[in-house]
Amino acid sequence: MSELTVRIWRGLEAENGEFQDYKVPRLESQTVLDVVTYVQRRVDASLSYRFACRVGVCGSCAMSVNGVSRWTCRTHVSKVAKDGLLEIAPLRNLPVIKDLVTDMSVFFDKWAKARGQFQGEHTRHEAFAQVKPDSKARKNVDAAIECIGCGVCYSSCEVVSWNADYLGPAALSRAWTLVNDVRDVAQKERLQAVAGDAGCQACHTHITCTERCPKGISPTAGIAGLKRAVLNASLKGEL
Amino acid sequence: MRSIKVQVILWGAQRLSALVLALCVLVHLATIIYAVRSGLTAAHIVSRLHQSSLWTVFYSLFVLAIAIHAPIGLRTVVAEWGYQGRIIDGLLGTIALALVVGGFRALFALQGLA
Ligand code: FES
Repeated sequence: MSELTVRIWRGLEAENGEFQDYKVPRLESQTVLDVVTYVQRRVDASLSYRFACRVGVCGSCAMSVNGVSRWTCRTHVSKVAKDGLLEIAPLRNLPVIKDLVTDMSVFFDKWAKARGQFQGEHTRHEAFAQVKPDSKARKNVDAAIECIGCGVCYSSCEVVSWNADYLGPAALSRAWTLVNDVRDVAQKERLQAVAGDAGCQACHTHITCTERCPKGISPTAGIAGLKRAVLNASLKGEL
Repeated sequence: MRSIKVQVILWGAQRLSALVLALCVLVHLATIIYAVRSGLTAAHIVSRLHQSSLWTVFYSLFVLAIAIHAPIGLRTVVAEWGYQGRIIDGLLGTIALALVVGGFRALFALQGLA
Protein backbone atom coordinates (compact mmCIF):
# COMPACT_ATOMS: atom_id res chain seq x y z
CA MET A 1 0.00 0.00 0.00
CA SER A 2 1.39 3.39 -0.91
CA GLU A 3 1.80 6.10 1.66
CA LEU A 4 1.20 9.80 1.87
CA THR A 5 3.46 12.18 3.70
CA VAL A 6 1.30 14.66 5.51
CA ARG A 7 2.69 17.81 7.13
CA ILE A 8 0.21 19.19 9.63
CA TRP A 9 0.45 22.48 11.50
CA ARG A 10 0.56 21.88 15.25
CA GLY A 11 0.49 24.42 18.00
CA LEU A 12 -1.39 26.84 20.18
CA GLU A 13 -2.06 30.43 19.34
CA ALA A 14 0.16 31.77 22.07
CA GLU A 15 3.12 29.58 21.19
CA ASN A 16 4.83 29.33 17.90
CA GLY A 17 3.55 26.31 16.09
CA GLU A 18 5.36 24.13 13.61
CA PHE A 19 4.66 21.52 10.97
CA GLN A 20 4.87 17.89 11.95
CA ASP A 21 5.14 15.01 9.52
CA TYR A 22 2.84 11.99 9.57
CA LYS A 23 2.61 8.90 7.39
CA VAL A 24 -0.89 8.04 6.23
CA PRO A 25 -1.90 5.10 4.03
CA ARG A 26 -3.03 6.24 0.60
CA LEU A 27 -6.52 4.97 -0.17
CA GLU A 28 -8.75 5.27 -3.17
CA SER A 29 -11.20 8.21 -3.23
CA GLN A 30 -9.58 9.54 -0.07
CA THR A 31 -10.43 13.11 0.92
CA VAL A 32 -8.14 15.51 2.77
CA LEU A 33 -10.54 15.32 5.72
CA ASP A 34 -10.14 11.52 5.70
CA VAL A 35 -6.39 12.03 6.02
CA VAL A 36 -6.71 14.42 8.97
CA THR A 37 -9.23 12.10 10.64
CA TYR A 38 -6.83 9.16 10.20
CA VAL A 39 -4.04 11.06 11.92
CA GLN A 40 -6.30 12.06 14.80
CA ARG A 41 -7.80 8.59 15.30
CA ARG A 42 -4.77 6.38 14.63
CA VAL A 43 -1.62 8.41 15.16
CA ASP A 44 -2.05 11.35 17.51
CA ALA A 45 -5.33 11.84 19.37
CA SER A 46 -4.27 15.31 20.51
CA LEU A 47 -4.71 16.77 17.01
CA SER A 48 -7.53 19.34 16.94
CA TYR A 49 -9.61 20.04 13.84
CA ARG A 50 -13.22 20.77 12.92
CA PHE A 51 -15.77 19.00 10.82
CA ALA A 52 -19.40 18.00 11.04
CA CYS A 53 -21.32 16.98 7.94
CA ARG A 54 -18.53 15.53 5.75
CA VAL A 55 -20.64 16.30 2.67
CA GLY A 56 -20.05 19.97 1.96
CA VAL A 57 -23.02 21.41 3.79
CA CYS A 58 -21.92 22.73 7.17
CA GLY A 59 -18.82 24.69 6.16
CA SER A 60 -16.79 23.76 9.23
CA CYS A 61 -13.93 21.77 7.70
CA ALA A 62 -12.09 24.45 5.74
CA MET A 63 -8.29 24.38 6.00
CA SER A 64 -5.32 25.47 3.99
CA VAL A 65 -4.14 22.56 1.84
CA ASN A 66 -0.78 22.94 0.10
CA GLY A 67 -1.18 26.68 0.52
CA VAL A 68 -4.73 26.93 -0.81
CA SER A 69 -7.85 27.26 1.33
CA ARG A 70 -10.35 24.48 0.62
CA TRP A 71 -13.27 22.56 2.09
CA THR A 72 -11.40 19.42 3.05
CA CYS A 73 -14.36 17.03 3.12
CA ARG A 74 -15.00 17.56 -0.59
CA THR A 75 -11.36 17.78 -1.67
CA HIS A 76 -9.89 14.56 -3.00
CA VAL A 77 -6.27 13.86 -2.15
CA SER A 78 -5.68 12.95 -5.80
CA LYS A 79 -6.58 16.49 -6.79
CA VAL A 80 -4.20 18.30 -4.46
CA ALA A 81 -1.33 16.05 -3.35
CA LYS A 82 1.92 17.10 -4.97
CA ASP A 83 4.26 14.09 -5.30
CA GLY A 84 2.46 12.31 -2.47
CA LEU A 85 2.87 15.29 -0.14
CA LEU A 86 0.11 17.18 1.65
CA GLU A 87 0.70 20.26 3.75
CA ILE A 88 -2.29 21.06 5.93
CA ALA A 89 -2.53 24.30 7.91
CA PRO A 90 -5.27 26.35 9.57
CA LEU A 91 -7.11 28.95 7.49
CA ARG A 92 -5.18 32.17 6.89
CA ASN A 93 -6.41 35.57 8.10
CA LEU A 94 -7.93 34.10 11.28
CA PRO A 95 -6.39 33.60 14.72
CA VAL A 96 -5.43 30.01 15.47
CA ILE A 97 -6.90 28.42 18.60
CA LYS A 98 -5.04 25.15 18.29
CA ASP A 99 -3.63 23.08 15.43
CA LEU A 100 -6.12 23.30 12.56
CA VAL A 101 -8.84 25.08 14.52
CA THR A 102 -9.22 28.82 13.97
CA ASP A 103 -11.25 31.34 15.91
CA MET A 104 -13.95 32.34 13.44
CA SER A 105 -15.63 34.98 15.61
CA VAL A 106 -14.14 37.93 13.69
CA PHE A 107 -15.38 36.37 10.49
CA PHE A 108 -18.97 36.07 11.72
CA ASP A 109 -18.91 39.36 13.62
CA LYS A 110 -18.22 41.01 10.28
CA TRP A 111 -21.39 39.44 8.83
CA ALA A 112 -23.32 41.17 11.58
CA LYS A 113 -21.39 44.41 11.01
CA ALA A 114 -22.28 44.31 7.31
CA ARG A 115 -25.93 44.11 8.34
CA GLY A 116 -26.19 40.50 7.27
CA GLN A 117 -29.48 40.12 9.17
CA PHE A 118 -32.76 40.22 7.29
CA GLN A 119 -35.06 42.94 8.52
CA GLY A 120 -38.65 42.77 7.38
CA GLU A 121 -41.70 44.68 8.50
CA HIS A 122 -44.48 42.16 7.92
CA THR A 123 -45.85 39.95 10.63
CA ARG A 124 -47.27 36.48 10.28
CA HIS A 125 -50.72 38.01 10.08
CA GLU A 126 -50.00 39.62 6.76
CA ALA A 127 -49.93 37.98 3.36
CA PHE A 128 -46.71 36.57 1.91
CA ALA A 129 -44.60 38.93 -0.13
CA GLN A 130 -44.68 38.09 -3.80
CA VAL A 131 -41.26 37.94 -5.39
CA LYS A 132 -41.02 37.07 -9.06
CA PRO A 133 -38.49 34.22 -9.45
CA ASP A 134 -37.23 35.66 -12.73
CA SER A 135 -36.84 39.24 -11.53
CA LYS A 136 -33.32 40.65 -11.68
CA ALA A 137 -33.13 41.18 -7.93
CA ARG A 138 -34.26 37.63 -7.17
CA LYS A 139 -31.68 36.23 -9.60
CA ASN A 140 -28.98 38.25 -7.85
CA VAL A 141 -30.03 36.68 -4.57
CA ASP A 142 -30.00 33.19 -6.07
CA ALA A 143 -26.45 33.67 -7.32
CA ALA A 144 -25.08 34.11 -3.80
CA ILE A 145 -27.56 32.53 -1.41
CA GLU A 146 -25.93 29.08 -1.16
CA CYS A 147 -22.99 30.32 0.92
CA ILE A 148 -22.16 27.87 3.71
CA GLY A 149 -19.96 30.28 5.68
CA CYS A 150 -16.84 28.13 5.45
CA GLY A 151 -14.44 31.08 5.45
CA VAL A 152 -12.45 29.92 2.41
CA CYS A 153 -12.97 33.25 0.61
CA TYR A 154 -12.11 35.25 3.71
CA SER A 155 -8.89 33.38 4.30
CA SER A 156 -7.93 33.67 0.62
CA CYS A 157 -8.56 37.42 0.38
CA GLU A 158 -5.40 39.54 0.07
CA VAL A 159 -7.24 42.69 1.09
CA VAL A 160 -8.24 41.09 4.41
CA SER A 161 -4.60 40.26 5.08
CA TRP A 162 -3.61 43.91 4.51
CA ASN A 163 -6.59 45.56 6.15
CA ALA A 164 -7.85 43.84 9.27
CA ASP A 165 -11.00 45.99 9.30
CA TYR A 166 -12.10 44.95 5.81
CA LEU A 167 -15.45 43.17 6.03
CA GLY A 168 -14.35 40.57 3.52
CA PRO A 169 -16.02 38.71 0.66
CA ALA A 170 -18.45 36.50 2.59
CA ALA A 171 -20.01 39.27 4.68
CA LEU A 172 -20.27 41.61 1.70
CA SER A 173 -21.74 38.89 -0.50
CA ARG A 174 -24.33 38.20 2.20
CA ALA A 175 -25.16 41.92 2.36
CA TRP A 176 -25.59 41.91 -1.41
CA THR A 177 -28.26 39.18 -1.20
CA LEU A 178 -30.16 41.38 1.27
CA VAL A 179 -29.73 44.54 -0.80
CA ASN A 180 -31.59 42.55 -3.46
CA ASP A 181 -34.25 41.35 -1.04
CA VAL A 182 -37.30 43.48 -1.84
CA ARG A 183 -38.86 42.64 1.54
CA ASP A 184 -35.98 44.08 3.55
CA VAL A 185 -36.49 47.52 5.12
CA ALA A 186 -33.00 48.29 6.42
CA GLN A 187 -31.48 49.12 3.04
CA LYS A 188 -30.10 52.54 3.91
CA GLU A 189 -28.40 51.31 7.07
CA ARG A 190 -27.01 48.33 5.19
CA LEU A 191 -25.48 50.45 2.43
CA GLN A 192 -23.93 52.67 5.09
CA ALA A 193 -22.54 49.58 6.79
CA VAL A 194 -20.90 48.20 3.66
CA ALA A 195 -19.61 51.50 2.22
CA GLY A 196 -16.14 52.95 2.53
CA ASP A 197 -12.56 51.93 3.19
CA ALA A 198 -13.47 48.90 5.33
CA GLY A 199 -16.33 47.93 3.07
CA CYS A 200 -16.91 47.22 -0.61
CA GLN A 201 -14.78 50.17 -1.75
CA ALA A 202 -11.67 48.39 -0.43
CA CYS A 203 -12.04 45.44 -2.82
CA HIS A 204 -9.28 45.36 -5.45
CA THR A 205 -11.14 42.83 -7.61
CA HIS A 206 -8.36 40.23 -7.35
CA ILE A 207 -11.13 37.62 -7.70
CA THR A 208 -9.32 35.12 -5.45
CA CYS A 209 -12.52 34.66 -3.42
CA THR A 210 -14.48 33.78 -6.53
CA GLU A 211 -11.78 31.42 -7.74
CA ARG A 212 -11.65 29.58 -4.41
CA CYS A 213 -15.33 29.50 -3.38
CA PRO A 214 -16.26 25.81 -3.17
CA LYS A 215 -19.89 26.67 -3.88
CA GLY A 216 -19.08 28.49 -7.10
CA ILE A 217 -20.36 31.81 -5.76
CA SER A 218 -18.83 35.06 -7.00
CA PRO A 219 -18.46 37.44 -4.07
CA THR A 220 -16.58 39.67 -6.52
CA ALA A 221 -19.77 40.17 -8.53
CA GLY A 222 -21.74 40.93 -5.37
CA ILE A 223 -19.14 43.42 -4.19
CA ALA A 224 -19.21 45.12 -7.60
CA GLY A 225 -22.99 45.35 -7.21
CA LEU A 226 -22.54 46.90 -3.76
CA LYS A 227 -20.08 49.44 -5.16
CA ARG A 228 -22.67 50.52 -7.71
CA ALA A 229 -25.45 50.64 -5.13
CA VAL A 230 -23.32 52.65 -2.69
CA LEU A 231 -22.28 55.10 -5.40
CA ASN A 232 -25.88 55.56 -6.54
CA ALA A 233 -27.01 56.13 -2.97
CA SER A 234 -24.26 58.68 -2.36
CA LEU A 235 -25.10 60.54 -5.59
CA LYS A 236 -28.69 60.75 -4.41
CA GLY A 237 -27.50 62.00 -1.05
CA GLU A 238 -28.87 58.92 0.71
CA LEU A 239 -25.67 57.76 2.30
CA MET B 1 -10.38 57.92 9.52
CA ARG B 2 -12.62 59.96 7.24
CA SER B 3 -16.39 59.72 7.27
CA ILE B 4 -18.02 57.06 5.11
CA LYS B 5 -19.36 59.76 2.80
CA VAL B 6 -15.90 61.20 2.14
CA GLN B 7 -14.48 57.70 1.62
CA VAL B 8 -17.09 56.99 -1.03
CA ILE B 9 -16.55 60.36 -2.72
CA LEU B 10 -12.79 59.73 -2.84
CA TRP B 11 -13.41 56.31 -4.33
CA GLY B 12 -15.80 57.75 -6.92
CA ALA B 13 -13.38 60.55 -7.79
CA GLN B 14 -10.63 58.02 -8.36
CA ARG B 15 -12.80 55.95 -10.69
CA LEU B 16 -13.89 59.01 -12.63
CA SER B 17 -10.36 60.38 -12.91
CA ALA B 18 -9.19 56.93 -14.07
CA LEU B 19 -11.70 57.14 -16.90
CA VAL B 20 -10.42 60.57 -17.92
CA LEU B 21 -6.81 59.39 -17.60
CA ALA B 22 -7.37 56.35 -19.80
CA LEU B 23 -8.56 58.64 -22.56
CA CYS B 24 -5.89 61.29 -22.00
CA VAL B 25 -3.05 58.78 -21.95
CA LEU B 26 -4.25 57.28 -25.24
CA VAL B 27 -4.40 60.67 -26.95
CA HIS B 28 -1.06 61.67 -25.40
CA LEU B 29 0.68 58.47 -26.58
CA ALA B 30 -0.86 58.66 -30.06
CA THR B 31 0.32 62.25 -30.36
CA ILE B 32 3.85 61.34 -29.28
CA ILE B 33 4.02 58.50 -31.81
CA TYR B 34 2.68 60.79 -34.51
CA ALA B 35 4.92 63.70 -33.56
CA VAL B 36 8.25 61.82 -33.53
CA ARG B 37 7.80 60.46 -37.05
CA SER B 38 9.75 63.37 -38.48
CA GLY B 39 12.20 63.69 -35.63
CA LEU B 40 11.70 65.45 -32.35
CA THR B 41 12.78 69.02 -31.71
CA ALA B 42 11.84 71.49 -29.03
CA ALA B 43 10.81 73.95 -31.73
CA HIS B 44 8.33 71.44 -33.14
CA ILE B 45 6.72 70.82 -29.75
CA VAL B 46 6.46 74.47 -28.92
CA SER B 47 5.03 75.35 -32.32
CA ARG B 48 2.36 72.71 -31.95
CA LEU B 49 1.34 73.64 -28.43
CA HIS B 50 1.95 77.36 -28.39
CA GLN B 51 -1.28 79.21 -27.84
CA SER B 52 -3.39 76.29 -28.93
CA SER B 53 -6.53 76.48 -26.83
CA LEU B 54 -7.47 72.89 -27.69
CA TRP B 55 -4.22 71.53 -26.23
CA THR B 56 -4.52 73.87 -23.26
CA VAL B 57 -7.91 72.40 -22.40
CA PHE B 58 -6.70 68.86 -23.02
CA TYR B 59 -3.59 69.13 -20.85
CA SER B 60 -5.43 71.04 -18.13
CA LEU B 61 -7.84 68.13 -17.89
CA PHE B 62 -4.90 65.72 -17.90
CA VAL B 63 -3.13 67.56 -15.07
CA LEU B 64 -6.29 67.74 -12.96
CA ALA B 65 -7.07 64.05 -13.47
CA ILE B 66 -3.54 63.14 -12.37
CA ALA B 67 -3.72 65.40 -9.34
CA ILE B 68 -6.95 63.69 -8.27
CA HIS B 69 -6.06 60.15 -9.19
CA ALA B 70 -2.52 59.75 -7.89
CA PRO B 71 -2.97 60.93 -4.27
CA ILE B 72 -6.13 58.86 -3.75
CA GLY B 73 -4.38 55.79 -5.09
CA LEU B 74 -1.37 56.47 -2.89
CA ARG B 75 -3.71 56.87 0.07
CA THR B 76 -5.02 53.34 -0.49
CA VAL B 77 -1.53 51.90 -0.86
CA VAL B 78 -0.24 53.67 2.24
CA ALA B 79 -3.33 52.59 4.22
CA GLU B 80 -2.63 48.97 3.31
CA TRP B 81 0.92 49.44 4.60
CA GLY B 82 -0.73 50.44 7.87
CA TYR B 83 -0.47 54.25 7.80
CA GLN B 84 -3.59 56.41 8.07
CA GLY B 85 -4.68 59.66 9.61
CA ARG B 86 -4.45 63.41 9.43
CA ILE B 87 -0.71 63.65 8.81
CA ILE B 88 -0.95 61.20 5.90
CA ASP B 89 -3.97 63.02 4.47
CA GLY B 90 -2.12 66.33 4.78
CA LEU B 91 0.88 64.87 2.99
CA LEU B 92 -1.29 63.51 0.21
CA GLY B 93 -3.03 66.86 -0.11
CA THR B 94 0.39 68.45 -0.52
CA ILE B 95 1.26 65.94 -3.23
CA ALA B 96 -2.00 66.79 -5.02
CA LEU B 97 -1.16 70.49 -4.80
CA ALA B 98 2.38 69.89 -6.05
CA LEU B 99 1.01 67.94 -9.03
CA VAL B 100 -1.37 70.78 -9.89
CA VAL B 101 1.29 73.47 -9.53
CA GLY B 102 3.98 71.50 -11.37
CA GLY B 103 1.61 70.42 -14.10
CA PHE B 104 0.17 73.85 -14.79
CA ARG B 105 3.56 75.49 -14.60
CA ALA B 106 4.83 73.24 -17.38
CA LEU B 107 1.64 73.68 -19.34
CA PHE B 108 1.62 77.49 -19.09
CA ALA B 109 5.27 77.63 -20.07
CA LEU B 110 4.59 75.59 -23.22
CA GLN B 111 1.47 77.52 -24.07
CA GLY B 112 3.23 80.82 -23.70
CA LEU B 113 0.72 81.87 -21.11
CA ALA B 114 3.26 82.61 -18.43
S1 FES C 1 -17.50 18.85 7.02
FE1 FES C 1 -19.27 20.02 6.54
S2 FES C 1 -18.59 21.14 4.81
FE2 FES C 1 -16.92 19.83 5.19
